[in-house]
Amino acid sequence: MTIVLAFLAILIGIAAWWLSTQRIMSKPWLEIGVIDEPPGVRPPPTAKIGLGVFLAVAGVLFALSISAYSMRLQAADWWPLPVPRLLWFNTGLLILASAALEWTRTRTRHADLTGVRVGLIGAGIFTLAFVIGQLVVWRELVGQGYFLASNPANAFFYLMTGLHGLHVLGGLVALSRVTFRAFGADEARGDKIPGERSRLRLGVELCAIYWHFLLVVWLVLFALIAGWAGDFFEICRQALS
Amino acid sequence: MVDVPLGAAGVPPAEVEDVELYHPKGWVTHYVFSQDAKIIAVQYSVTALSIGLAALMLSWLMRLQLAFPGALSFIDADAYYQLITMHGMMMVVYVLTALFLGGFGNYLIPLMLGARDMVFPYANMLSFWFYLLAVVVLFASFAVPGGPTGAGWTLYPPQAITAGTPGLAWGIIMMLVSLMIFIIGFTMGGLNYVVTVLQGRTRGMTLMRMPLTVWGIFTASVMALLAFPALFVGCVMMLFDRLLGTSFFMPEIIEQGARLPYGGGSPILFQHLFWFFGHPEVYIVALPAFGIVSDLISVHARRNIFGYRMMVWAIVAIGALSFVVWAHHMYVSGMNPYFGFFFATTTLIIAIPTAIKVYNWVLTLWRGDIHLTVPMLFALAFIVTFVNGGLTGLFLGNVVVDVPLSDTMFVVAHFHMVMGVAPILVIFGAMYHWYPKVTGRLLSVPLGQFHFWITFLGAYLIFFPMHYLGLMGVPRRYYEMGETAIYPQSAHELNIFITVMALLVGAAQLAFVFNLIWSLRHGREAGGNPWRACSLEWQTPVTPPPHGNFGKELPIVYRWAYDYNVPGAPEDFIPQNQPPLAGEIASRAS
Repeated sequence: MTIVLAFLAILIGIAAWWLSTQRIMSKPWLEIGVIDEPPGVRPPPTAKIGLGVFLAVAGVLFALSISAYSMRLQAADWWPLPVPRLLWFNTGLLILASAALEWTRTRTRHADLTGVRVGLIGAGIFTLAFVIGQLVVWRELVGQGYFLASNPANAFFYLMTGLHGLHVLGGLVALSRVTFRAFGADEARGDKIPGERSRLRLGVELCAIYWHFLLVVWLVLFALIAGWAGDFFEICRQALS
Repeated sequence: MVDVPLGAAGVPPAEVEDVELYHPKGWVTHYVFSQDAKIIAVQYSVTALSIGLAALMLSWLMRLQLAFPGALSFIDADAYYQLITMHGMMMVVYVLTALFLGGFGNYLIPLMLGARDMVFPYANMLSFWFYLLAVVVLFASFAVPGGPTGAGWTLYPPQAITAGTPGLAWGIIMMLVSLMIFIIGFTMGGLNYVVTVLQGRTRGMTLMRMPLTVWGIFTASVMALLAFPALFVGCVMMLFDRLLGTSFFMPEIIEQGARLPYGGGSPILFQHLFWFFGHPEVYIVALPAFGIVSDLISVHARRNIFGYRMMVWAIVAIGALSFVVWAHHMYVSGMNPYFGFFFATTTLIIAIPTAIKVYNWVLTLWRGDIHLTVPMLFALAFIVTFVNGGLTGLFLGNVVVDVPLSDTMFVVAHFHMVMGVAPILVIFGAMYHWYPKVTGRLLSVPLGQFHFWITFLGAYLIFFPMHYLGLMGVPRRYYEMGETAIYPQSAHELNIFITVMALLVGAAQLAFVFNLIWSLRHGREAGGNPWRACSLEWQTPVTPPPHGNFGKELPIVYRWAYDYNVPGAPEDFIPQNQPPLAGEIASRAS
């Protein structure tokens, strides 16, 4: 459980930093009058804050799975799976999807609607290919006899890739909505990516953040599955004992 | 005195950035699939209260079995465990969590912060419907073959999913699925509660001006968002173990001479996951109660809350600390004694911020103008009960005391006092307090007093003797004592006494239900602010507040929520949206 505690410690650190900017040392019983935000500070859009909170929740979910994994790893009957080569390819796809969205984000700043459309479609295709690739990996492993129930290492592999895959699919729903919005935006009507708060721009930004998060989670999970994290756990265990 | 920027005339211009509101079109979107937080709050509350009544009846059946073993032919050992499990799970998750966060959170957060609604109304609506679906799945497990699960509310593997535990075929699956649906639904609601507090506050409502109720619900929501995933992961893994034959939690088991296909799983892993959720859950229920009680006491004692800053810090500190105490539920699981020592220490440290809160409540009352209204009675009863229940928590937090008491009625008495009776007293107090805002009418006072005294005294008559039974060694979870020669006759008589009291207290809740329904039509007209309170929900132009809460313009906040009996003020309270009175700034500075 040290892993989830470490993750929580980071979250608590962020919360403490944020609280420290909120005048928690003030004496409200002495203060009369309106207290405004300091001028020049523009609050971030609500949806972005919402996504941030959601990422914290999803992060805890994955941190807990990894915690459980690291506890279970110590048992004697743990036979790690082979790492299918396809996983490398899938990782590349997810990196491409993430990069495509980042690129789309720069396009929204340049009010390049065509670029935005291309970027969104590209990200969608890469992501879809990633999901299909993961399913192929599952089939391959099952074909080689690595069933879900035959070993805890297999069970964790399917559980964690499954959880990650579901989050990707959820992201795809949001991405498709943003894509429809991008194609609905009409340049002739003059609303080609208007002001900073435009919904399209925000949507692209939220998707990009979510995809980067999913990429980081995937890289961590991949490192675990491939077994590179074993040494890391060993070091942690020795440091703690 | 801190300098606070003001406009030219000392009053800032009334401009508040307005949000786009969803407007319901027909009856269905208005009252059924509503996106208005107030309607959702009522939906949550009514559902949770109904489940509470059902769970109460389950506890009656258990008590009858304990006092008169065998008197009810349909209660055998299996049925008893099913009753325990369903009573516990319903009360903790589907009643207390849902009522405090879904009910009070939805109603009070937007109103107290001066917002028109939650920030994501659609997700808020979905949250309730997921909750309702979870409830339906949970109750459906009474109807499936084999009945609901009897694994105990902690659902410990391996017994939860091995033969011999009732509800193995369907019950446990429905329970796990129901919990997962609940958690998904709660996450949608919880995002709303948290982000509304972060983003939805009206102009002038700084964090340190929020009523403590909002602080309590906000912190509890953050905790719930971070703690429920642990239960979710646990549920998914156990569902895999049960349905797909994996061995996350299942060790090698020989059953009737045959080896089960499981092997190598760790039951302790589930305990870690469960209590990583389970202990914060105690404070997810307690923190909103702390916040609400602070407000009730301040309003009904006509006195500003003592040590507001300390109260806020204590809430946040308790929230953070509650994540590092979970293993005190696992002292008897064979853990390393050093771990036990660590968790005993963190557990006892929580007593410090908690004690700060109790001192501050008592000091708020000190020389206050105490009005013994019904909400106030419940609030006072809460303080006493919470102290009582909390003290036995200090006993059980120590490993050496916990180990012999762990499987006795003492633990049952402890957690019912601190997590059952205490928060429920707050829920009652809060309902008597805010009912006039929700409906425009006051609840009947005589009925309320009757309800209070029976509930308060009755709860003590139920749970105090139970501590004594526990110290005698009477075990918990046993559906009958069997060969009871080692327990004196008095233990059995005490059991009968407790049961009679439980039946009485349970029946008295009908007075409350009757009061809720009767007062809807026949209660005294309340007006907008019957308790003469400062916080914003009492300052709405219309009561009950319509869609959008505050009419044309959102209120602007000029002060904290506790300006009671300010010297020189025309009345004994100054609403939060009251601009500075003549000479007030100077007099505060001095």
